[in-house]
Parts: sequence; C-alpha cells; structure tokens
Amino acid sequence: MSTREKPQISYFHYTRQRLRSSMEEVYKITVFGLRFFRYVFVPPYEMGQVRKHLDDLGSKSLPLLTVVGVIMGLILALQSRPTLDRFGAGAFLPAMIALTIVRELGPVITALIVAGRVSSGIGAEVGSMKVTEQIDALEVSAVDPYNYLVVTRVLACIIILPLLTAYVDFLAIFGGFLAEWLSFNSSFQLYFTEVIQSLTFYDVLPGVGKTLAFGYIIGVIGAYQGFNTSRGTEGVGRAATSAVVLASLNIIFLDMVIIQLTFLFFGSGT
Amino acid sequence: MQKNSILIDVQNVWKAFDDNEVLKGITMQVHDGSSDVILGRSGIGKSVLLKSIVGLLHPERGSIHVMGEQVIGMKNRDLNRLRKSIGYVFQYAALYDSLNVRENLEFPLRKHTDADEEEITDRVLEQLRLVGLEHAIDKMPSELSGGMKKRIGLARAIIKRPSIVLYDEPTAGLDPITAREISELILSLEEQFGITSITVTHDLECARIIANHIYILDDGVFQHHGGYEELKASDDPYTRAFFQVAV
Repeated sequence: MSTREKPQISYFHYTRQRLRSSMEEVYKITVFGLRFFRYVFVPPYEMGQVRKHLDDLGSKSLPLLTVVGVIMGLILALQSRPTLDRFGAGAFLPAMIALTIVRELGPVITALIVAGRVSSGIGAEVGSMKVTEQIDALEVSAVDPYNYLVVTRVLACIIILPLLTAYVDFLAIFGGFLAEWLSFNSSFQLYFTEVIQSLTFYDVLPGVGKTLAFGYIIGVIGAYQGFNTSRGTEGVGRAATSAVVLASLNIIFLDMVIIQLTFLFFGSGT
Repeated sequence: MQKNSILIDVQNVWKAFDDNEVLKGITMQVHDGSSDVILGRSGIGKSVLLKSIVGLLHPERGSIHVMGEQVIGMKNRDLNRLRKSIGYVFQYAALYDSLNVRENLEFPLRKHTDADEEEITDRVLEQLRLVGLEHAIDKMPSELSGGMKKRIGLARAIIKRPSIVLYDEPTAGLDPITAREISELILSLEEQFGITSITVTHDLECARIIANHIYILDDGVFQHHGGYEELKASDDPYTRAFFQVAV
C-alpha cells in the first residue's frame, strides 16, 4: 500500500508546485506589463527607438502577412461557396467573408503571425542583451532599461498591430473577390458594395480594440521573457520559444473573452 | 572633492543568493585618485561587490557610500544621477550589438549631455584615438576582436569623464600581450583624467601594472590587503599560493 501511496503524494506535490509557480509567473508578467502604463506617459520619450521598432516590426512582417491575407480570403471563399450555394445563399458570400475577416479571422490570424515573428524576436533580442550584460550596461549608463527596451517595443506593437490587421483584412477580402472572380467572373464593384454594406461600426470597433490588446500582449510577453532570461544562450532560445507559446495562448484566450464582451455589449450582430 | 578623501566607502557588506552567502561582511575604502584592485579566484564574489557598488545588486546588510551618498536603498532617480559620475567596464565589454562603434560611444553623450553634433563627433574621435581604434569607428561589435571590444568598452566608460571607473575583469580572455596593452592603457587613462578606480581581476600582471592597493578576496571577506610587493612577500599561505600559481 505504502509503495502505491508514495507516487500519489509526489504527483500531488508536483501538481501543486507547478500550479503555484504558474500563478507566480502570471503575477510577475502582470506586474511587469502594468509597469508599461506607469512609464509610457512619463519622459524621457524614446521616440527614435519607437520609430525604429515600428519599422522592424511592421515593414518586415508585411511579406508574410500579404501572402497569408490573400490566401486566407481565397480559401475562405472557395470553402464556403459550395455550402452557401446548397442553401441558396451564395449571394451572401461577400458579406460572410467581410464579417468573418473583420470580426475574427483578420485580428486573430494577424496577431498569431506577428506573435510568432515579433514576440519571439523581442524575447531573443532582449534575452541576448540580458545574458551579455547589455541591460546592465544601460542601467549603469543611467538609462532605464524598462523604458528604453520594453516601453518602446510594446508601444510599437500597439501602434503597428491595428495597421497590419487592417492591411490583412483588406487583402483577405480581396482574396475572397479573387476566388469569386476566377470562379464566376464576379463584378469588383458588386462584390465590394456588398462588403461595405454588410459592415457596421460595431463590427469594426471590437476588431480594432482587440488588435490594440493583442499588440500589448505580444510586446509585453516577448519583453518579459527576454528580461528574465538566464543560463546563457540556452536561456535565450527558451525565452524566444516561451514568448511565442505564451503570447499565442494569451491572444486566443483574450479573443474568447473579448467575443463574450462584444456579444454582451453590442449583441451577436445577427 | 578633496584629494585623498574617501570616494568609495564599503562597510560590512553582506550579499547572498538563496542559501549561498557570497559576501560576508566586506569592508574597504577607496581614496580619491587611487586605483584599487580586488584579486581572487573565479566565482568568489568580486563582480558581485562591483555590481553592488553601482547599485545593480542589492546587498542585504551593510552600507556602501559613493561620493558621500549611500547607494543601498537609494531611489532609482538618485541612483541614476550618481551613475552619471561612474564608468563601468564590463567583463565582455557589453557593447550594444545593434549599434556600431560610433553609436556605442555616442550613446552616453546623447543621453546625458547637451552636446551638439560637432562636439559629440569630436569627443568620439578623441576617445577612439585614446584607445587606438579610429579605424573601427563604423564597425559593428560583432566585427571586433576581444581586445578591440575591451578598448571600445573602456572608451565608452570614460567618454563622460567620470570621477570613478569600475573595471570587471578588464583582461579576461585576452592573450598576455593584449592583456598587458589593456592594463597599460587603463593606467595611462587613469593618470591622464585623474580617475579613481576599482578593478576586479585574477590577472596578477594587470594588478601589478595598475594597482595602488590590492585586496585579496576569499570566502566572502578580504583576507589581506596591501601593496603589490608587500603582498608578494606575504607569509600568508593563501596569498603566497595565489602569487606563486599566477607566476
């Protein structure tokens, strides 16, 4: 009996310890993230760094997002058309694509792709600065590393993500048109008139709001992982991986919460 | 500040990492214009002391006064004001790898002085001349050798003309000839600008060249201190062993 009880106790302790360390980690990330709001309105403003990160995070994400945006719209149209036709609702395809993309797929897919590219990049970059004492060098130069490294990157993510999402939304809707045009030679004017008529302010607003929150999450989690890197280059790799995993999980979780809140405040939109 | 006044005063400093007590009541005083060296084996807490002096680490007990101001428990804003008078040379130079040599040297000037572009360029070129690396001005840190990185790190540390410079293993990882060149460079810059310094090293040749006063750190405390020749002639077994092994 005693030999069977022993592992049960150790599993219990193991789970409890894991749960406790996870909660501690959540608490630390929350405190780390909230510091952003204390710093962002207080000088010195590192606008040069923000501009540099906007360029790094934004323009270098464009090629991947362009491909993903167009293909996402194409696939959505090609997959949905037969089902809609079966119910005689083929005419609603432009509206369906627009609503799906603007409300949900555009913000989430953009955020996940940017998280994969940017959050890991921030984690690795800040992490390697940590292990090579560059963060200490900033500190002894009387420059606040949080303000210089974290605030600038998080701000750049918050600014750039809505813009990238708008870009992906447009390309995905255009991709949907491309599929329609190739299959049925649909009219450009008719397609986009349907798209514009189907979208209301309450479809666009939550989508934009979401992207601001996603940008914040991507920046904060990447920077947190980098800032807390230890154990040399191995730690840098782990920081980059953890940044992507945590940022992606948080984006999906937050999306679920925002959908519920949107339904609560604006209705389901049907 | 009066010459020969105490610029750095460390009293009974204790620092532990979890259960590992690294510093166990360290006491030292560095006078204005003096170049003090802390010798000891690797991993014994030399860098911990240096980082505590500049406020990067926070000791649990004791007091550290730098230019008359208590560093332990100091607010960040005050600490940053004090740090403007301190240069720090990191073990692996810690050059900002996204900036080239020119930008690395410009960084402290742009952050903390009102110097115009011309003044900044002049100062950068002057620093590079002092360390003999004018040709490396547009290179990225990844393109520099270990010795070059140390020189640039040194140039960056003194570009604001600090009163105090802290050197963390300035010759570690270098061949003996380059190590000697770096030690002589440190000595010449300190004499030229009247810098007060603490150097952490296990390189006896470096200590011989630059030290006015040497502290031997072991088991969390300074076991002995004195001049180079005095310690070399010491009867203490640890100090003798240290000097003999190094020779």
